[in-house]
Amino acid sequence: MAENRGTGQEKAEHSLPAAISAQRVTKVFGDGKNKVLALDDVSLTIEENEFFTLLGPSGCGKTTLLRLIAGFDQPTSGTILLRGEEISHLPPNQRSVNTVFQNYALFPHMTVAKNISFGLEMLGKKPDVIEKTVGDMLALVKMEALRDRRTDQLSGGQQQRVALARALAPRPQVLLLDEPLSALDYKLRKEMQIELKQLQHDTGITFIFVTHDQEEALTMSDRIAVMHVGRILQVGTPRQIYNQPSERFVADFIGKSNFLSADVLAVEGRHARLKLSSGQEVGAAIPDGMTPDGSVTVVVRPEYTQIFPKSNDAGDLQGVLENIVYLGTDTHYHIRLPDASIFVTRSQNQCKVTEAFRAGQSVSVVFSPDSVQLLRC
Amino acid sequence: MKNDKLASGPVGDMQRKRTRRNWLLSAPALVVLAAAASGPLLIVLVYSVLSAGEYGGVVWKFSTDAWFNVVFFRDIFDGTTTLADAHMKILWRSVRLSFMTTLITLTIGFPTAYVIATRPRETRSFWLFLITVPFWTNLLIRTFAILEVIRNEGLINIGLQMLGVIDKPIQMLYTDFAIMVGMTYVYLPLMVLPLYASMERLDFNLVEAAYDLYATRRKVLRRVIIPLVKPGIIAGSILVFIPSLGAFVTPRVLGGGKKMMLGNLIELQFGAGRNWPLGAALSVTLLALVMAALLIYVRSTQSHSGSVR
Repeated sequence: MAENRGTGQEKAEHSLPAAISAQRVTKVFGDGKNKVLALDDVSLTIEENEFFTLLGPSGCGKTTLLRLIAGFDQPTSGTILLRGEEISHLPPNQRSVNTVFQNYALFPHMTVAKNISFGLEMLGKKPDVIEKTVGDMLALVKMEALRDRRTDQLSGGQQQRVALARALAPRPQVLLLDEPLSALDYKLRKEMQIELKQLQHDTGITFIFVTHDQEEALTMSDRIAVMHVGRILQVGTPRQIYNQPSERFVADFIGKSNFLSADVLAVEGRHARLKLSSGQEVGAAIPDGMTPDGSVTVVVRPEYTQIFPKSNDAGDLQGVLENIVYLGTDTHYHIRLPDASIFVTRSQNQCKVTEAFRAGQSVSVVFSPDSVQLLRC
Repeated sequence: MKNDKLASGPVGDMQRKRTRRNWLLSAPALVVLAAAASGPLLIVLVYSVLSAGEYGGVVWKFSTDAWFNVVFFRDIFDGTTTLADAHMKILWRSVRLSFMTTLITLTIGFPTAYVIATRPRETRSFWLFLITVPFWTNLLIRTFAILEVIRNEGLINIGLQMLGVIDKPIQMLYTDFAIMVGMTYVYLPLMVLPLYASMERLDFNLVEAAYDLYATRRKVLRRVIIPLVKPGIIAGSILVFIPSLGAFVTPRVLGGGKKMMLGNLIELQFGAGRNWPLGAALSVTLLALVMAALLIYVRSTQSHSGSVR
């Protein structure tokens, strides 16, 4: 710790080094025919005191990246810096990084308190320091009453808390969480999401959270990196990821999206006129760093649209209402467009208003130019 | 608490019915075991308190001579009694060599089992299969193989002489060392298999977790792996120690007639010694030692599971 602070001061004329910085990291598993490219030239910077989420479907490389940061595997090429210091080839026990495992990996032959004190003992802390820290940690995760229990007598949620306390007790510079909530039931998961976020705020430790659950990622994260087949597609705040997806995969993976193909008719400043393949003309704001030309894809979120009964040719889209899906809080309308694709709109249900639409009727859809996102094809 | 609930009501009846059926199904095995184990045992016990027949066998006359002779030696000329040095020596050698064999097989077997347990699942059965290959051959043949390797004109001595490391052969055959090597070779699989069984069940995430929490490799071994595979260590030790204690072929071949173990002593009494009661008394002594070892085993596993709970 002291060493790190020293180097931090040396670099103070620059800015504080990032908590984790991965530079051009590639990881290949196996060789010959069985070669698997798990991480493909990944670069990533995670700031101090950030709740950062690696989000992606299974096999996207998110857990591999986490294991490289923890030190369980070594990168094939590239470097990983922890607060500006190269750690790529240090074993896990020499990195100030702790992991909360997916299956918790609590030591079954030790009590709750012994589990929590394990890391502190290994660091050679004094017994009174260990005693105090274990007490603090038990209080932090509200497990004081169960300190002398065996871990196999605990419920899933309690094991989760012990695993958190155990990993936090040595006060690591970075805490890694490998899908820690996936084994919990829905309600408990929701509670723990809020609690984790609070815990990160209270401890001030950088959290790197791995999940395939987009809702979980949006709920908790300061920033999210969306990964797919070994690459990072987009890094941004939950809002940026949701509202300005940079690629079709991101738009598709996070939330529900409608994809419309269109040709660019005209560009005026940061605004474009588009001609949809259905023939309708719509406007769209141009995202930063994009110069639309030729054909583009328009991403429309279902909840940013409004559905109307068709009266004349007004509206951005015309179609036939095919399905009405009632979901309690809101209703989804599945509309068959002239080019035979399905477009989904969503509207929030008002109190006790009866359904205004019926399947089979012609409808039109309206959305504002600011609510759509343009992607290159 | 669960049992209280099960004991009453229809669930309890079903449980009882199932228990009865299980007993019925295992009855043939139990009968065979009882007849084959307790029958001969009873004969041995009875023989140990009878008098020796002149040409072997027993005379049906109660006598505690055999038991007396296990521990003491009465001079036939002047009638003085001394502690039976030869017996004590053999007893001590048996315990010492068995203990050493257990220790060595554990030292070799532990890393072996660990390596097998950490191989990819598909290749594990292949390695296990290799471990069991020695069982294909007769014990006697395996023992003679060792003899070929360590005798004065054997592989090791010839090899070392050819390399010029030694001038004249090292006497390895007919020593305690030879017996230990033989028993280690013969009983190693009995150590590896239970060790592997408990290591295979070990959650290697726990090893990673300990390593992640700043434990050194040695601390991971001592604080996490060994406590969790302790049942395997104990089972393997028992499986090696008990047959070592009663080993008979290996010390006979590799120890020659000079370095006897308990098994050889017993055999001698029933053969050339023509003192069946003494042989029986020695057998019971061996049995008592084995029982003591098992008792320690049960104690240590109980305290282990107690600590887990």
